[in-house]
Amino acid sequence: MMDHESNPPDTEAPCQSSGVTRRTVMKVGAMSATMVPLGVMVPWKASAQPLDDKRQPAPGLAAGNVVEISPRINGTRRTLRVDARTSLLDLLRERLDLVGAKKGCDHGQCGACTVHVNGRRVASCLTLAAKVDGAEVLTIEGISDGQALHPMQQAFIDHDALQCGYCTPGQIMAAIACIEEGHASNAATIREYMSGNICRCGAYNGIVAAVEQIARSVREG
Amino acid sequence: MRTLTKRVFNTSRATAETTAETDQSQEAAMSEPLLALRIESESTGTGEAFGRLEGDEPVARDTVTPRPARENSRHAQAHESAIKHVTGRARYIDDLPAPHGALHAMVGLSDVAHGRITRLDLGAVMEMPGVIDVITAQHIPGHRDIGPVFPGDPMLADEEVSYVGQPLFAIAATSYLEARRAVKAAVVEIAPLPPRFDPVAAADAGEFVRPTHVQMSGDWQQALEHAPHVLEAEQFVGGQEHFYLEGQACLVVPGEDEGVTVYTSNQHPSETQKLVAEVLDIPFHAVTVENRRMGGGFGGKETQAAPWACMAALLARRTGRAIRLRLPRAEDTRATGKRHPFHNRYRLGFDDEGVILGGDMTLIGDCGHSPDLSEAVVDRAMFHADNAYSLGAARVTGHRARTHMASNTAFRGFGGPQGMMIVEQAMDDIARHVGEDPLTVRKRNLYRIGRDTTHYGQHVDQYPLMVEIIERLERSSDYWQRRDEIRAFNRQSAVIKRGLALTPVKFGISFTAKHLNQAGALLHVYTDGSVMINHGGTEMGQGLHTKVCQVVARELGIDFESVRISATRTDKVPNTSPTAASSGADLNGMAARDAATQIRQRLLDFAAEHYQFDREGLHLENGKLVSDIGAVTPAVSWGELIQAAYLGRVSLSATGFYSTPLIHYDRDSGQGRPFYYFAYGASVSEVRVDTLSGEYRVERVDILHDVGDSLNPAIDLGQVEGGFIQGMGWLTSEELKWNDDGRLLTDGPATYKIPTFGDLPPIFNVELLEGHPNSQASLYRSKAVGEPPFMLGISVWSALRDALSSLTGYRVSPPLDTPATPERVLMAAEALRAGPANVGASR
Ligand code: FES
Ligand code: FES
Repeated sequence: MMDHESNPPDTEAPCQSSGVTRRTVMKVGAMSATMVPLGVMVPWKASAQPLDDKRQPAPGLAAGNVVEISPRINGTRRTLRVDARTSLLDLLRERLDLVGAKKGCDHGQCGACTVHVNGRRVASCLTLAAKVDGAEVLTIEGISDGQALHPMQQAFIDHDALQCGYCTPGQIMAAIACIEEGHASNAATIREYMSGNICRCGAYNGIVAAVEQIARSVREG
Repeated sequence: MRTLTKRVFNTSRATAETTAETDQSQEAAMSEPLLALRIESESTGTGEAFGRLEGDEPVARDTVTPRPARENSRHAQAHESAIKHVTGRARYIDDLPAPHGALHAMVGLSDVAHGRITRLDLGAVMEMPGVIDVITAQHIPGHRDIGPVFPGDPMLADEEVSYVGQPLFAIAATSYLEARRAVKAAVVEIAPLPPRFDPVAAADAGEFVRPTHVQMSGDWQQALEHAPHVLEAEQFVGGQEHFYLEGQACLVVPGEDEGVTVYTSNQHPSETQKLVAEVLDIPFHAVTVENRRMGGGFGGKETQAAPWACMAALLARRTGRAIRLRLPRAEDTRATGKRHPFHNRYRLGFDDEGVILGGDMTLIGDCGHSPDLSEAVVDRAMFHADNAYSLGAARVTGHRARTHMASNTAFRGFGGPQGMMIVEQAMDDIARHVGEDPLTVRKRNLYRIGRDTTHYGQHVDQYPLMVEIIERLERSSDYWQRRDEIRAFNRQSAVIKRGLALTPVKFGISFTAKHLNQAGALLHVYTDGSVMINHGGTEMGQGLHTKVCQVVARELGIDFESVRISATRTDKVPNTSPTAASSGADLNGMAARDAATQIRQRLLDFAAEHYQFDREGLHLENGKLVSDIGAVTPAVSWGELIQAAYLGRVSLSATGFYSTPLIHYDRDSGQGRPFYYFAYGASVSEVRVDTLSGEYRVERVDILHDVGDSLNPAIDLGQVEGGFIQGMGWLTSEELKWNDDGRLLTDGPATYKIPTFGDLPPIFNVELLEGHPNSQASLYRSKAVGEPPFMLGISVWSALRDALSSLTGYRVSPPLDTPATPERVLMAAEALRAGPANVGASR
């Protein structure tokens, strides 16, 4: 379980264990060499984040379960002590105030909690925080530079790809990954590779259009 | 994939946002898409017939705003929170930073469907780590029953339990995990009583949550006796889980006096305020309820968000600490009610052409254990048992069956969809019987001259619109050509069968409880010219706040960006109605408009005096005060005007109010005009069915939908698309299953199948009907759009029946209960293959 326990905090070890693989994405294609990486690793609100959070984990948890992890979250290295059973989603939301990723089901079934770990999309509710030690974690808060929106964010606005917005952060993270994986060549492929992200409001048409538009602009450079 | 209309809008809006530096360029950018839409309307020709004539109420005189030069409301304005949504900065309840020391609440639920509580020992729970407080019914200082309209919903079960998932007790602990663990330590003993899960048996036994209601028009018995043909059939229409992606959640903060502030994901803040106050036994003014937005509601947070707020409020008052309560998904689905399943029956007489002469319909709604909103839900099912067709001399009976289930509640359409299903089944059945295409029979039965009054006595205004929508859709979807192709295909293909259906929607707009048709708004203009609007409606993704901001911007002739909306709060606009019945924009938009109109009048009166302008011809446009009468007057900017008005001691704040005119309904006679107007639409769906496995695909969908003069075409298109998808899910994949003990088995997305990207029809053409303003004096002649498109999904179900019917050469109309899962489709196909004698409606 603790694949990366032995890694020194600053090792950029890829996190390839099955725990971070999305149920819905069986095989993840290597990023095409010509593809422009869309996920810009610049923190959204780096200044607001303390660099080291050594707060004790929540009370009432056995001390033996505490592990120290050092992921890079939205470009900033964080050293944290967490309960080994904590999910990445709870770590982000409850400890780091990164509440963009949503808890729709907490069972890996809706996609609302989608974030990237080492460039791959994961359901953060099913990913143990302990597993992201040394990994790059990118959340919705980290994809834009704080000035201009990420192109995918703009495309979601332009195509009315949201209604209540609750699925939106997860959809955008999945959409960026979908393109980086090379699974956005046409609408049918996009529909297939986005199908792990539920939108109860049914904004699917707009989302597909947004992904198609960005995929096209990436292809055409 | 997306319609031209939609693409045009998107492209142009992006252009407008990025390039519009001056008003001129913005005008240019905007005019193009509007033109594109207008082409459609000009070609329709019949627009005049539905013109702006019947503005028969006081509001009407202002319905056409003088020279709305930029027509802010007509812009396909993006959602007011769009940037916050795409950056993850939009805060939902569970994202709010809780005050220091906040506790986590968790609720203990019944495992038994019906029984007497013999032991509820929470001693061990109190001993669990982190637990601060535990409450049961005994700890409630005020009302224990929090039934929203009628009693029947104990906040916490006292002696008897009535469904699996009923709240028994609630606790507060220092962390979420501790709270979850502690709940499991409870010792609960319940002596079981016989449960009742079958609503039909309940109806036979007279087990109702509310009395039966009947609507009648003419002598239905005589109509049946004299009809050349009579058919009868039954159907089961399944329920539906809301699965709002943001589950039930609230945060309650105790105040410095006896009250609380409640932040809740909630469609009805005023009712929650009332219930919390009654539970705590304090005055309403001690409770403030706030909602900024919901991650989906769909009706599931109209009454059923309140219990959690009540429990959290009691825990907050007792502990003196803030309480966060978020139900885990599986508990959310068990503890809360769903769309009512219905058992419907019809017995209808018709002539050789398939035109209905009259008959009898019975609708049995499965209400669950308590009334909740079931009186109105079953009423609305009855009001829609005709859908778009004249039933002739008909009797419609609605029963509200009591079962030991969670109390079924509001869900987009509010019973209307379930009611429509029975007449749509009848249309298919009659068509097979007389040997006509179902579309032909549907068209023959539409409301028309001489047959323009419903079975509850309301004249159907704008009925020609239904005909027009169907005929246009028939053409644009190539219905008849595809019909021929499909028939030819089905003759050649033994296993794979294709089906096609066009079904209409006519949906009544207004709350059927008359007093709910009112709304308030509060508008402030600050001295820098920025505007704050607040109203009684809640935002759940339907774009209500966006539309209301557009209304205010339009009335005051200022930019959309100058208007901001704040969270819905009971201390800003009081005594509000739920955001439901599709009426959010109709009611609250009108109230906001009223407030804005008052401010505008004040400003113009002031300006006439202050600047010595001619009052006549003064108006606000493009962020300026302009006069177009007499000598050229120098334009005064909005900011200057506001400054001057402030110094001139003009009140820059106003409250607005609106109540819907004309509506009434007499329950004793079952007659009246419950709806201010009807919204129309129609859809054509094509399916491809493997009749040996029951698997099927929806291959193409075409929709034409009426929203009057759209307030925001981008939002309205989203509502139509989303409504259709949700309706399709309800009738196809979303199957609720309970075990024999009444425990819901489909309690998460792994087992409960919500439409995903893959279910999106590959060809999906959605268009808004243009050029037909509402005949009533609604908000800028727009129409409600939240619910009506949901029922467009019925065409998928009808297309499945069409494909199945081809197995018999279109002679038999197969029964197909819903959701029409592949399993049900397969069973229907097998039955048809076993011989027509086994299936179909018969005399
Ligand atoms: S919350 Fe993680 S997939 Fe639903
Ligand atoms: S926008 Fe509401 S769930 Fe997708």
